[in-house]
Amino acid sequence: KTVCDLNLSSVLMNSNLVHRADSFFLATKMAAPLTLLLIVAVTIRAVLFRSSWAELISERVEVVSPLNAWKRVVEGLALLDLGVSPYSGDVFHETPFMIYLFHFVVDYAEIVFMVSPDLVFCLSRFLTSLKQKYALESDRYPADCLELLRSPKEMFYIPLKVAMFYLLNPFTILSCVAKSTCGLNNAIIALFILCTLKGSALLSGILLALATYQSIYPLTLFAPALLFFLQRLYIPVNLRRSSFWFFTLQYAFIYVGSLVVITGLSFFLLGSWDFIPSVYGFIFSVPDLTPNIGLFWYFFAEMFEHFRLFFICVFQINVFFYTIPLSIKLKEHPVFLIFMQIAIISIFKSYPTVGDVALYMAFLPAWSHLYRFLRNIFLVSCVLLACSALFPVLWHLWIYAGSANSNFYYAITLLFNFGQILLVSDYFYAYLRREHHLTHGLYLKKKDGTEATLVLK
Amino acid sequence: MGLLSDPSRRKVLTGLLTRLNTPICGMPVEWLVKAMQSRGLEVFTQSFSRKLPFPDENKERYMVRGTNVYGILRAPRAPRTEALVISAPCSPGDSNNQAVGLLLALAQYFRNQVYWAKDIIFLVNEHDLMGTQAWLEAYHHTNITGMEYSPLQGRAGSIQAALSLELSSDVITSLDLILEGLNGQLPNLDLANLFYAFCQKLGVLCTIQGKLQRNDWDTAEGYTHAAQTMMLMVLKQACGRSWGDHGLFLRYHIEAASVRGINSFRHYKTDAATIGRLLEGMVRKLNNLLERLHQSYFFYLLPSLSRFVSIGCYMLAFGLLVVILLLRGVTEAQQVSLPSGPGVLTVLTPVVISHLTGVALYLLPVHLQEMAVEHFPVSETEAVVLTAVAIYTAGLALPHNTQRLLSGEGTEQGWKVLKLTALLYLAVLLGCTALINFSLGFILAVTLVPITASMTPHMPKALSALVMVLLSPAFTVLYCVFIYQELIEAPVSVSEGWMLFLSVISQGILDHALYGSLVYPLLALFIYPCWLMFWNILFWS
Repeated sequence: KTVCDLNLSSVLMNSNLVHRADSFFLATKMAAPLTLLLIVAVTIRAVLFRSSWAELISERVEVVSPLNAWKRVVEGLALLDLGVSPYSGDVFHETPFMIYLFHFVVDYAEIVFMVSPDLVFCLSRFLTSLKQKYALESDRYPADCLELLRSPKEMFYIPLKVAMFYLLNPFTILSCVAKSTCGLNNAIIALFILCTLKGSALLSGILLALATYQSIYPLTLFAPALLFFLQRLYIPVNLRRSSFWFFTLQYAFIYVGSLVVITGLSFFLLGSWDFIPSVYGFIFSVPDLTPNIGLFWYFFAEMFEHFRLFFICVFQINVFFYTIPLSIKLKEHPVFLIFMQIAIISIFKSYPTVGDVALYMAFLPAWSHLYRFLRNIFLVSCVLLACSALFPVLWHLWIYAGSANSNFYYAITLLFNFGQILLVSDYFYAYLRREHHLTHGLYLKKKDGTEATLVLK
Repeated sequence: MGLLSDPSRRKVLTGLLTRLNTPICGMPVEWLVKAMQSRGLEVFTQSFSRKLPFPDENKERYMVRGTNVYGILRAPRAPRTEALVISAPCSPGDSNNQAVGLLLALAQYFRNQVYWAKDIIFLVNEHDLMGTQAWLEAYHHTNITGMEYSPLQGRAGSIQAALSLELSSDVITSLDLILEGLNGQLPNLDLANLFYAFCQKLGVLCTIQGKLQRNDWDTAEGYTHAAQTMMLMVLKQACGRSWGDHGLFLRYHIEAASVRGINSFRHYKTDAATIGRLLEGMVRKLNNLLERLHQSYFFYLLPSLSRFVSIGCYMLAFGLLVVILLLRGVTEAQQVSLPSGPGVLTVLTPVVISHLTGVALYLLPVHLQEMAVEHFPVSETEAVVLTAVAIYTAGLALPHNTQRLLSGEGTEQGWKVLKLTALLYLAVLLGCTALINFSLGFILAVTLVPITASMTPHMPKALSALVMVLLSPAFTVLYCVFIYQELIEAPVSVSEGWMLFLSVISQGILDHALYGSLVYPLLALFIYPCWLMFWNILFWS
């Protein structure tokens, strides 16, 4: 707790805010609710760890996947202790760093899983410092848009809200109690975002390499991180300028270099390249079709072998495909691009779990100023809540009662993913609309002076 | 003349001996084992024991210890991968005294046939549902209810279907088919159709819900009769308990039904030989199955044995009820704008307090029974039930306390947000309930939806409070008790109905503890807090 406070105070002192002293004062005022929140979150997790629910939760397919189940980590550790490669038998699909981490802390696993979410909310402080940048540039915007900008007072509560959204989110709690390593992956991504926003390209590259090493999909976060650094260093994004290429190559070198070093280290840790087909081959070729909240399992259960490769390529390209158009559209707003990318990864990855969903949902309070432009938020929240309640019901009806079948469960999966996609696209629309208003004024008028409406094409 | 001539003293002595766990009349285990072995079956026994959370006054048991005896008839020429189960619960007294005999006769007959493709398990279980539960848990290597049992020594393959027999006399006039299982789960309709078709072929009268079928569908009396039969099925399904030993098999995806012989005043009686032929035919049909019964409906309501209402028909009615809640929610959402930080807390307090009350209603009655028995002159069962009723009633006083905690934050916005949350919560809850146990969901929807959708704090408080209490979950259970008694043509007076209601509550708690029935936790942990949230809205100041 003290570390976080020191972090906060140091960051705020280093930032370019005008009201430096005031911010520090406000931050200490926030310490009490934050401590309360931490205590509540830790209590809930501790109570659930010790109850009989922990076993039940760690077997739910919505919460654990073959990539991050604790049972499989234990199995891999047991194989490692026996001297056999942990990747034999197609049970264990974690990276060698993970297995060695747990080799040393397996007795304190619960504490590790409880601490990792804390790292996520430390990140929230920096979103605050970032957004406060807008307040300085208020003279750039048309006069009637001042209501769209956020005052420091509004933004004061955002770190607390982000922390609350992440720590008290039932998805996070379930993921933590199930001891799914998704929490650790989320922590690495959160640290990466933290370092990016803080401006340290080296650390950011290394952490991005670590996140990519864990599961390949954070590769798409390279583009927003790059755009953020370019913006921060006032390098225009112009393919003809050499400064752009110079920095891109630097950053790419850091990233690829760290990735190579980490992969090489893994090779030396276990002495073989087994982990590449077991981890990355597993993620890409989706051999395990256990139902989960993702879109892959049903399709591939019904697919003929002949077309399997084609559809694997189609589905996997789908995850990476949105990077380029989104980067072009959002090149001046890299933080929002990071959010969009994380959301897209969580929806379209091959083995999603609720822990991945919780990560991007934690960032939603940072964009609470977009609420007035959201069009479907009620529908989306209803759909997501109803689907979360219906997942266990239809699983029970399918597997235990035998009255339903996989179609029912997949229907709920589809509806859940539809809700998520609607949420993400709604926020995208709201963001673009706010930017449009900031440049063109809040009350739009057509050429003859009547009120105009804004349509997203 | 003596100690045992006074009936109340007899009752006390029986109760004392039951509690001391010395059975007066248990199951004749050795005789059964010898009888089955002499018929050429592989016989095994299983012992189980369980201490109930509080004494069961209907069946007069508290610490239950018993033995199941089962014999396996191995299929002579088939691989031993599948099995069928025929079970007869053995209870002391006259309630099921013919079934075991019929079972043994069937075993002897089956032993001489060569066409069996599946192993047949003849199960005689003690303490009806508890014995079946212990046997099934041991067979499938699970332990979901905390029963202690010895592992099974002998096993057959995966069970495809099961039949449970209840016969109290050797001549019967009709056979009653019982389909409702635990948590309202039903076997595949094919099983019911199979049984009915075969009964018709052999000329045995088959009934459902104890009522004979009528052929005049287009008259008012015929329609009323069918509606009554269907209402009986709805009520039996809604209460979530297993109405025959077959009910526990359904949870393991084993199609099962119970057959009960009824001897009423009718000229034409069927003797045990015909019943035997009937059962032999049923078992042969099940023997010929190549796969589990899954082609027909799993969700249906039966107004008679030859007509059914499928889920496609009845779910629409339920869906329309839930749509009311959703439309109301949409209307409220349009009038509400998301409050800032403190506003959410205003809504959170009633929600948390309601759920804590629900948790208290779920946990405290059983945990506080010793304390209640010390302080009040009641038995444990009465203590449990009356504590539950007391906590339920105490919850009604909550709004005043909640408002004090909020220190005057009750605004117009506040109750709208709470209503929105409560409406959506109720809609999702009713939807999930209806998917698992349609009848329970439907009955709750019918009573809760009208009043909750139109609830505002501006309604006349006294009248709407009265209506709200009269439509609360506890009263719904009370009405169901009275309606059920009316439908089975044994109407009760108000005081008897009240005693029956209390025993229904205790049975509900026991069913949840013993077999995993979900009705009591659903009502206590989810429906009651939801109702309390609407009660809070009514008294929003």
